[in-house]
Amino acid sequence: MPKKKTPEKHTPNSAEKDVLGAIKSAALDIEKKILARKKPTMKFPVRSLSNVKYQPERGFFEIAGQKKERTLTVNTVKTFAQTLRMIALSKDLVENDDIATKREAYYVSKNWEDARFSEQPESDTVMDDVEAFFSINREQLGFIPEEKGGDVAGRLTVLDKDRDTGKVLRIDCTRFGTGAYSIPISVEHLRFETGARFILVIETAGMFQRLVKHNYWKKADCILISMGGVPTRACRRFIRRLADFQKIPVYVFVDGDPYGITNIYRTLKVGSGNAAHLNEFFCVPQATFLGITPQDIVDYKLPTHPLKDVDIKRARDAIKNDPFIRHHKPWINAMEQLLRMGVRAEQQALAKHGLNYVIDRYLPEKLRHPERFLP
Amino acid sequence: LHLGLVALQRTIIYDLAFHIPLGKEDRSIRKKSESKSGSSGTAKTARRAARETGPRQLSLVEMSEKRSGLAAKKPDVAGPVPISDAGDPGAAEFHSAAEAAEGPRSTVRRETAESMGARQREISVSEFFTKNRHLLGFDNPQKALLNAIKEAVDNSLDACEEAGILPTLKIEIQQLAEDRFRIAVEDNGPGIMKAQVPKIFGKLLYGSKFHTLKQARGQQGIGISAAGMYGLLTTGKSVVVISRPGEGKLAHYYEIQIDTRKNAPQIIMDEVREWSQPHGTRVEIELVGTYKKGRHSVDDYVRQTAIANPHCEIFYSFPGREAIQHFPRASAQLPPASREIKPHPYGVELGALIKMMKETRGRNLSASLQHDFSRVSARVAGEICRAAQLRPSANPHAIAVNEAERLYKAINSVKIMSPPTNCLSPIGEEQIVAGLKKEMPASFFTAITRTPSVYRGNPFQIEVGMAYGGSLAGDELVDLLRFANRVPLQYQQSACAITKAVLSIDWRGYGLSMAKGALPTGPMALFVHIASVWVPFTSESKEAIAAYPEIMKELRLALQDCGRRLGMHIRAHRREAEEEKKKSYIERYIPHIGIALREILGFPEKVEMELVTTLREVLERSRTA
Repeated sequence: MPKKKTPEKHTPNSAEKDVLGAIKSAALDIEKKILARKKPTMKFPVRSLSNVKYQPERGFFEIAGQKKERTLTVNTVKTFAQTLRMIALSKDLVENDDIATKREAYYVSKNWEDARFSEQPESDTVMDDVEAFFSINREQLGFIPEEKGGDVAGRLTVLDKDRDTGKVLRIDCTRFGTGAYSIPISVEHLRFETGARFILVIETAGMFQRLVKHNYWKKADCILISMGGVPTRACRRFIRRLADFQKIPVYVFVDGDPYGITNIYRTLKVGSGNAAHLNEFFCVPQATFLGITPQDIVDYKLPTHPLKDVDIKRARDAIKNDPFIRHHKPWINAMEQLLRMGVRAEQQALAKHGLNYVIDRYLPEKLRHPERFLP
Repeated sequence: LHLGLVALQRTIIYDLAFHIPLGKEDRSIRKKSESKSGSSGTAKTARRAARETGPRQLSLVEMSEKRSGLAAKKPDVAGPVPISDAGDPGAAEFHSAAEAAEGPRSTVRRETAESMGARQREISVSEFFTKNRHLLGFDNPQKALLNAIKEAVDNSLDACEEAGILPTLKIEIQQLAEDRFRIAVEDNGPGIMKAQVPKIFGKLLYGSKFHTLKQARGQQGIGISAAGMYGLLTTGKSVVVISRPGEGKLAHYYEIQIDTRKNAPQIIMDEVREWSQPHGTRVEIELVGTYKKGRHSVDDYVRQTAIANPHCEIFYSFPGREAIQHFPRASAQLPPASREIKPHPYGVELGALIKMMKETRGRNLSASLQHDFSRVSARVAGEICRAAQLRPSANPHAIAVNEAERLYKAINSVKIMSPPTNCLSPIGEEQIVAGLKKEMPASFFTAITRTPSVYRGNPFQIEVGMAYGGSLAGDELVDLLRFANRVPLQYQQSACAITKAVLSIDWRGYGLSMAKGALPTGPMALFVHIASVWVPFTSESKEAIAAYPEIMKELRLALQDCGRRLGMHIRAHRREAEEEKKKSYIERYIPHIGIALREILGFPEKVEMELVTTLREVLERSRTA
């Protein structure tokens, strides 16, 4: 069990008190059931795309009512025991103001003898269950993801706190040169100062590097954020808080393929099916799609690659099953256009017209008409 | 074993088909050829010999006729031959076959009939097989070694059982050089009369089993002499035989070679010797071969033979192992003796029918039918005659071709009782299980012996045995052991009716996994045996059984019956395992619920114990409920 090194007891803040309260009352519930000689149960929301609703006015995937109930029986006793032990670990982390990555939590379980996990995916699933059970994100439970949140550069100052002195740290994102500010795993305590006109969210680190190197943020008066693939929760939360805080628009610039659209952009904007119980916080409803649109492939005569089988399957599946795509007629049209053309184009394809064509022509032209961005 | 016969027979069919439409001219052509080759006399001699009883020389014609069941679809092989030309249809066949075997004819005419005729002469059976040894299953060195042993073992077991002796066999393989082996098979059987020894081991097509319709391992009398011939051909060494026909009698030692020209034995040495066996026979053959392990190996053959013959004890020594491998006797009970039966009318073909009528000793048609066939009573004979519109009192020797055809059709239109099945000698359920238990480290055994059934007038019986679980490999295909009259079939698995029947069943319903088109997977050995007076092999080499619908049906029923038992066993086993698992689950994981709740709520250890005890009780109650 990870214990905090410092001897003095950590005083939980109010959010942490809420978490601890929820954990205790759940445990008490189970204890009471057992003492009454009844089988204890736990209720979990069903975490999948089939159990989400898309409400445009609220702007994110919301969990629909389906719940699964796990009753303690001989068949579920193992998972039940593991879930409870995971909750106990969480309580310990919160009480001691400590954190554990998913991988660390998996290794902690190695102390649990028979209840230990044999592979990390098992412990990840149980962790997701715990998170869904309490309907709070796992960072609040003391569990943090392995991957980093994303990179930021441009007209932004982030206000963080020094853990030792408690003093405010001012981080000027214009002063990283060719480097960037790295989004921390927990962003709830951050505050911002910015005069930027918009936030440009970029799929690939390569494109981000190009824009940073040429100080594009100076020219366009904006904040650049690199997601590095599907945005992490921290990245989504960071963009959301930043955009809400300053009421600035968010433009998304990803590859023109089904993965870029349905996985990266859609997850950023409305959240995912798997974390539907938390999407409310981890989504950026104000985001709009700058490119690369299927029409861009035509307009800018971009070099393409044929759609792979998985791309076609993904696109068809989105048209049929993704509540977000289905809600927006322009998206259905765009996906169908992509399928018709049978090709995809990467952000880097713009380099065909010159390495800095993206800075000199593409982005300025697109930004002249934000109203034409896909929803 | 007997590939050559079918090859020969095919030539015959082709030749006849060529001649048939010629009608009268055909006859004259044949007469000419007969007088030229003089083969008519040979065939007549052969036939005379064929009427004698006991071990004797067979004629090639008899061979091909007996095997003709295989060519059932070829229409009326012997049919159109007019009965009035009573002479010798066989002579023509023999001649044609001999001619066909002589070699390709030149398409450019350079020879005259006279010059060619001067070179045309009879070919002896032995000569034919010398050139075509692959037809006898001696086509590759591995198979040669296996077949030589197999033939000797077949003979030994048949002899022991006929004499009512519990067989004890010694099988020895001695490696003399890289590819040279000396094999020996010794039995405690009744021994062989001195006069018969040379013929049995030094003459092809000499035996007692061919002329009887009776369940036996050997069928045609080629095997052991062919093995000897193969040995002689490849090493130049004689076959060595020692035999003592009974206690107090002398043991004779022979060295025999086969004179391929004359198809006759040559005795190289014949003397009286001291021998420790009170009665029995020992055969030794030196041959070129390959000794390998695996599916087609002699080792596997011996093991499977031990399984299918639990009443037999085997001492087996083979290259690369000092100690003798002992397969103990699992049962002191001899299989019931199989009995000889007359052919059943349903199984006879038109050509055979005509021949039987010609040779019958019955005074009239009705009597012949009753006397020569099984299950034909006076009433049935009368019905057949009526249906054929023939007088029961007609002279069967004078039957015309069209009349024979009517008779043939009539037989198949009349309801005749199935042939007697007491002629069969199945292994028996107990014995199969005993055999499997002896050789298979499994935990579940079952076996079923179906009641006898009939295909084409031949009685047969299917038996299936199963060994499941234990330390058998669970992730491999089921080990399918096929047997015909207790002889393991090791080659041509996929062509065999047994394999087809196994594949036609969905074993997933019985708790095994099964990929499409493959044998089921699981820790199981599947034993399938067909006993019959005449096992219908698909081909030449006695390696796969033909898929007659009746045989397939019986196979499927037997397999399904065993499958159901297996399914029940597997399900019961799974339930037990499940119970066991659940119980251990409760033991293992409940304490962790206590630990977790205590960590969260911080109550004293006493409360934790109470919670764990209560929870265990709650769960155990629900489990048993």
